Amino acid sequence: MARQPYSDIAVAVPVTVPYVRYSVRSAHWWLARALDGLLKQSKLKKSDIDGLTISSFTLAPDTAIGLTQHLGVSPRWLDHIPLGGASGVVALRRAARAVQAGDADIVACLAGDTNHVDTFRLTLANFSQFARDAVYPYGAGGPNASFAVLTAYYMREHGARREDFGKLCVAQRANALKFEHALFKKPLSLDDYLAARPIAEPLHLFDCVMPCAGADAFLVLSKQRARELGVPHCSLLGTIERHNAYPSDPIQMRAGWALDRDELYRQAGAAPADVDFVQTYDDYPVISFMQIEDLGFCGKGEAPQFVRSNTFTHDGSFPLNTSGGQLSVGQAGAAGGFLGTVEAVRQLTGASGARQVKDAALGLVSGFGMINFDRGLGSGAALLSRG
Amino acid sequence: MVEPLQKPKRKNPVLRTRLPTLPPGSRSRVALGLTAAAAQGRFELQQCADCAKVQYPPREACENCLSVRLSWKRQNDAGELLADTTLHHSNDLFFRERLPWRLGLVRLDCGPSVVAHLHADVRRAPARVRVAARLDRAGQAVLVALPLEETPNMADDRQLREFTCDPKFRKVLITDAKTALGQALVKSFAEAKAEIIWAGYAEPWKKFPGFDELRKIPQVTLLPLDVTDSKSVREVAAEIGGKVDILVNNAELHRAYGIANRSGVETARAEMDVNYFGLLRLAQEFGPAMRSRGADGLASAVAWVNVLSIYALANFPPHGTFSASKAAAHSLAQCLRAEMRPAGVRVVNVFPGPIDDEWNQLLLPPKVAPQALARAVLGALSEGIEDVYPGDVAQEWLARWRDNPKALERELST
Repeated sequence: MARQPYSDIAVAVPVTVPYVRYSVRSAHWWLARALDGLLKQSKLKKSDIDGLTISSFTLAPDTAIGLTQHLGVSPRWLDHIPLGGASGVVALRRAARAVQAGDADIVACLAGDTNHVDTFRLTLANFSQFARDAVYPYGAGGPNASFAVLTAYYMREHGARREDFGKLCVAQRANALKFEHALFKKPLSLDDYLAARPIAEPLHLFDCVMPCAGADAFLVLSKQRARELGVPHCSLLGTIERHNAYPSDPIQMRAGWALDRDELYRQAGAAPADVDFVQTYDDYPVISFMQIEDLGFCGKGEAPQFVRSNTFTHDGSFPLNTSGGQLSVGQAGAAGGFLGTVEAVRQLTGASGARQVKDAALGLVSGFGMINFDRGLGSGAALLSRG
Repeated sequence: MVEPLQKPKRKNPVLRTRLPTLPPGSRSRVALGLTAAAAQGRFELQQCADCAKVQYPPREACENCLSVRLSWKRQNDAGELLADTTLHHSNDLFFRERLPWRLGLVRLDCGPSVVAHLHADVRRAPARVRVAARLDRAGQAVLVALPLEETPNMADDRQLREFTCDPKFRKVLITDAKTALGQALVKSFAEAKAEIIWAGYAEPWKKFPGFDELRKIPQVTLLPLDVTDSKSVREVAAEIGGKVDILVNNAELHRAYGIANRSGVETARAEMDVNYFGLLRLAQEFGPAMRSRGADGLASAVAWVNVLSIYALANFPPHGTFSASKAAAHSLAQCLRAEMRPAGVRVVNVFPGPIDDEWNQLLLPPKVAPQALARAVLGALSEGIEDVYPGDVAQEWLARWRDNPKALERELST
C-alpha cells in the first residue's frame, strides 16, 4: 500500500534550552524548561498541548508517562522515543501522523538530557546489552572507539584524508560562531584541527562531540492551527525511518538512508539537487560523509571528493549543519537528535539570523542513533519546506 | 616485533603501590558462556542447533531463525582485521592507567564481526588474525586478536600480559616442593624465567632426594614451610608475603581407602589438615598481601594455583576420604576466587587425574606424569586459563561428569 502523503502538517516553535557542559539538575529540569519554552514562545497554555513525545537517556527511572505527572500535563497521546540520534526525525514523523489522524491536535516533541560529571561514563557502561557484553570491556572508549574503527576503514576504502573531515569541522565551527547557544565560541582553523591531540586514532579532539546538558523541542500541528496561533512554521513533506539496516555488512559503511532515500524524495516530490541545506547527524564527521552519500548527494565513496569541491558554511555551496552541528554546539544526549530539526525550522522560517541560508526553501534533516554494538542502528530523514 | 620484557627495576619502597583496578566486569548471563569456555582456554561462540548460524554478541535467540536452541561450540578462530584504532582516552580507570590501548573489528571466517583487543604484532588492517578468548583481570572473557603465526617474545606483549599470568620476572612460592610434582614445578618455573622461586618444604631437618639439585638452580630459595602449622605459615608470610606474585599450593596428603576399610578419623583428619585447612591457612596469611598487589607494576601479584584432583568433582570411593578433602578444598578455592577477583588475582584450579606416584600405585594407567602436570600448570598461567583438567583420565571424567553427573556417581560405585 502506498504511503499517505503528509497533508497540512506544520512544524513550528523551535526551542533550545541553552546548553551547559555540566549540570547539577536532572533530565526532568531540562525537559521542563523545554516545555516552558514551547509555551512561552507559542503563547499556548499547558492544557492546549494534547500530545507529547519524550526522548532522553538520563530520565531513568522515569519514562514519558512519569514525566506527565512531574510536569502536570494530561496529554491524550504520548510516546517515549529512546532512539538517541534518530529521535528527532522519528518524533517528527510519529507526531505528524497523530495530528493527521486527529489523535492529537498539538504535539510537543521534547528531547533533553542532563550531564553530571560521571553521567557519560555511566551511560556508556550500561548503554545496551551488547555494548556491556562485547564493547565496553574493550578499552571503554565509548563511541570514540566505535567511530574510530569506522573512520579508519572509511579512510582506507575511500581515500578520505584527515583534511577532508577537518574541512567539515572547520566550516561547522564558523556556523556555530553565529549561533548564540553553541558551547564552542572560539574559531577553529584547519591547522588547529590537524594539530589536536589524538583521542582514538585516527580520531583527534575536534572529530569528537563533547557531551553536555541541554534540551531542544518543537511543536507539530496542523498548518491551519499554526496560522490561527500566528506561529511561524514550515511544512513536512516526507520522512523515512529504518532500524538495523544491512545487518550482514561486516562493517558499517552505509545505513538505512541508502535503502529508503528514493522513498523520501518520492514522497516529498523533490530531488537531492532541490535541497537548499542539510542538517546531518554529526557526532563524528565520518557519519556526515555517509549521510551525504546515502542521501543521494554523491555516490558511495565519493564524499571525500564532494567535500573537496564544496563549501559548507551557511553561505557556502552546500550549507551543512548551519547552527554548528553537535561538533560545535555540544551533544546534549538525545537532544543531539533534535538539533538539526530545530535548526531546519529556524532556517525555513527565516529565524536563523546571521547564519541564515539565503532563500532557503527546502531543507533535509537526518538522524542516526544508537551504537548498540559495532554500528549505529537507527536512521531517519525528513524533508521540510518553507511555509 | 614485541621488545623482550625488561626485568623490572627494584621497587622503591617509599612510593605508593598502585591499587588494583579492574576492567569493566559486568556481563549478561548469556554472555558468560564465553567466559565458561575461556576459563578452559577454548574459543567458543553461540551456534544455532536449528540453522547452524554462528552469532556474536551472545543473544537469547538465533538472529537468523529465532530458535532458542543455542549452544556454545568451538569455532574456527581465523578472521580478518577490518579496521583498528589506538585509544588515547578511556572512560574507565583500568584502561586509563594502561593507555595507549589497541583494538579493532575482526570479521571472523565463521561469520560474525567482533570487537577484539589487538596484540602488538597484529599489523594495521587489513590483516589476517586468529582470535582467542582470554579471561581479563575482572575474570571475564574478552576476545584478543593474535598474529596467525607465533612471533618472537609474543607473550611479552604489554596488552596480552594483562590477560595472562606469565611467570616471567615474577616471584613464585611453591608449597611442598619436595614431592615429584613439587620438584617438577620448581624446574618449570625456573625455565619460564621466574625471578625468585621459594620452594617450601615441611621437614627442614630431613634432606629429601633432589634437594641438592633444586638448590643449584640460581632462582631457587629453599624455605621451611609447613601448611599444617599456622605459626609456620604466618612466619613465612610475614617474611615474603608482600613479594609473592604467584602462589602454587602443591601440598597434598593422599591416602587410599574410603570409610569401611579403616577405623577412626585420624587419617581423614590429616588429609583435611593438609588439603583443606592448609589452603585455608595459606589463603588467610598470603591472600591479603596478594590482593593489595594486584596492579603492582610489570610483575604484579597475578595468580594462585591450587593442585586439586579430578576426584573433587565426584567421589572416587577407593580413595573416598581423599576425594572428600579435595572436594572441600575445591569449594574453598571457589570462595578464594571470589575474594581475589576484586584485585585481579586469578585463582587457577588444577584437577589432575591420578598422578603417577606411590599412592596411586594400584591404579591402572594412564596416570599423569609429574612433569606433564607441571607443564600443564605453566601452560595455564601463560594462556590465562582458570580451570585445568590435565591428562586423559581427567578429561574423560570431566566429559562424563558434564554429560551426566548422576551416571558418573553410579559408574564409580560399582
